[in-house]
Amino acid sequence: MAKNRGYVRLLYHILFFLKLLIVLKNMDNMLYYMLVMEPVYTAIFYVFSFISVYVQIFFLMTYLEKKRHIVHHPENLELLNYPTVTVAVPCYNEEATIDKTVKSLLALDYPKDKIKIFLIDDGSRDNTWNIISGFDNGENILAFKKENGGKHTALNLALEKSTAEFFGCLDSDSLVHPQALKRILSYFQNDPKTMAVAPSIIVYNPKNILQYAQNVEYDMSVYTKKMLGFMGGIHVTPGPFSIFRKKVFDDLGPYHKAHNTEDQEIALRMQENGYKIDHCPDAYVYTNTPDSVMKLYRQRIRWIYGFIKNLVDYRRLLFKKEYGTVALFTLPSGIVSIIGVIFLSVNIVANIVRFLYHKIIQIQTVGLDSVLSFNYKFDWFFVSTKAVLFLAIILYILVIISVMIGRKMAEGKSGFTFSIFYFIIIYSVVAPFWMMRAIYNAIISKESSWTFERRITK
Amino acid sequence: MNQHEPNDWKKYIIVLFITSSIFISGLWLSNYLSNKKIDQLKSIESSISLDLMSSEVQFALLEELSCKDVSTTVLSSELNSLADKISYSENNIGIENVDVISLKKYYSLLEIKDYLLMKKITERCGQKSIFILYFYKNDNCDECTKQGYVLTDLRQNYPNLRVYSFDYNLDNSAIRAMRSIYKVPDNLPAIVINGKVYSGFKTVEEIEETFPQLESIKVEEVTKPKTSTTNTIKNIINKVDTVVN
Repeated sequence: MAKNRGYVRLLYHILFFLKLLIVLKNMDNMLYYMLVMEPVYTAIFYVFSFISVYVQIFFLMTYLEKKRHIVHHPENLELLNYPTVTVAVPCYNEEATIDKTVKSLLALDYPKDKIKIFLIDDGSRDNTWNIISGFDNGENILAFKKENGGKHTALNLALEKSTAEFFGCLDSDSLVHPQALKRILSYFQNDPKTMAVAPSIIVYNPKNILQYAQNVEYDMSVYTKKMLGFMGGIHVTPGPFSIFRKKVFDDLGPYHKAHNTEDQEIALRMQENGYKIDHCPDAYVYTNTPDSVMKLYRQRIRWIYGFIKNLVDYRRLLFKKEYGTVALFTLPSGIVSIIGVIFLSVNIVANIVRFLYHKIIQIQTVGLDSVLSFNYKFDWFFVSTKAVLFLAIILYILVIISVMIGRKMAEGKSGFTFSIFYFIIIYSVVAPFWMMRAIYNAIISKESSWTFERRITK
Repeated sequence: MNQHEPNDWKKYIIVLFITSSIFISGLWLSNYLSNKKIDQLKSIESSISLDLMSSEVQFALLEELSCKDVSTTVLSSELNSLADKISYSENNIGIENVDVISLKKYYSLLEIKDYLLMKKITERCGQKSIFILYFYKNDNCDECTKQGYVLTDLRQNYPNLRVYSFDYNLDNSAIRAMRSIYKVPDNLPAIVINGKVYSGFKTVEEIEETFPQLESIKVEEVTKPKTSTTNTIKNIINKVDTVVN
């Protein structure tokens, strides 16, 4: 009896093997196309799109798995207790926005005696100091003035002076939602292992197409950030209103300059030491976003430059399984996205150039009139059936799904928005430039400083 | 040091599996649709082959018909659109693809057959037709691309002009025979007009100057309605019917 079962199993294995052979034989034809058509380009494209689809599916699966665990806090959330919190606001030439920022902090729904606000003027040359010193009440709002030394020095000054249990920073171009602090602190109360919580950053009052495009991007990152939070893979604790247990700085030391992206470095340092970072999707922070392509370009050069430089500094983490998701997933996918975007855009540009080149030759040869008089009849035959195209479509669908989930999480709105197209079009055109520039700057180690960027944007 | 949450290897594998399935589906779909296209090309070719045979029968019957009943614009439009599709497939499916190459060879044979038949009809009926045989190659020939534009443009201006294009390097005995009959040099592009070889790129004006006869077919075309293949087949059937009755 047992012997018979053994034969059956053997037969089953043989059949399976034969089936596999047949599948592989058909695959052969398919692989043939892959290998023959512009082999190098196609191979690279497949690798990048595979990884990109993989990343999107990974997020989507995490979402489906953890959807029920996404907490929506009630308006009247009450905490078990109200620990002391210090919020530092570093400013450099922020006279235009600092007033609103401080007022939003004052409007936080939190016991006034438990929260301290430190306003630090990092050597501004405008009216910032006069505005912030006006808020100084000697009790829970204190204003400090120091020599210009960069954002991290302003934050470290606040850290030195802080005695509170929790420490946070708010960039002076951002506003907080009144419930944001309570919602964030509830994460610390629910899990003593949580050492930092990042908020959801939303574009403040978008006015032009560029800001609507950024809105889509920020919405999408609310989703991806929460998913990374579930997986323990957050690699940035953004400047606007990430809250830390003070213990993080006591254990790991103060902020570093970190190529002007101290908010990335501290997160990586925490990940290296196994400190848990979570994300609170309904702790809203509204941030002013660049309103011109040039300003956006400069901001992103700083971000990507910082990412690359911090990645180089923390390269020891990459692909080490003991560092978890950030090492296996977040950082590698960041690298792939930078190289992928550049590769894709170079390819698109090459195609456009090739097309124009042929058109110009055609016009030179037979004249503009005959080129224009060419009557084109639509025929399904001439619709591309390249695999590359299908994969690109799948990828775009996945991106649109991400945006829609993010939009639902960030703004509570469901359905499709045309801003997605602004996002896809504007970012496909401009992102490659800032990525290439950031890589170039990283190679020659040319830093775009916080103060420099502000000088430009103001 | 604190510990990270354990890695969810199962999830990494499941996602890998899902992604691979999506990928294979994409590749399969592409492959499936490309095969559909090749099938479509095959069916076009077989229908053209049928039309050609009809024309040959028509020609055989010529002795019993008067020349004015014979249509002279039998296949050019079908052949041209087939040419477009084949050249598109070369880019889209692959220039080395076995199916595409065989379709191209078959197409070249159809062209030669059409050329021979039309030449006979023209001679027999004394019509003013101009045939251009055009030899090109696919790689490293910018002049060929330009010559292609010129010929397309000429064909638009003179729909009665018959342009037959041949890939000089296509491994086919009939094409080799054509090459040696007309002594086509390997300095491409080369065109053969009414039996004479011209090597190197020729502009529209040059071709028009060399062949003032082109003017006459241009005028002809304005008054003469285009005949489609199906009409031609109907004509043939009608004619055969008349002959039989």
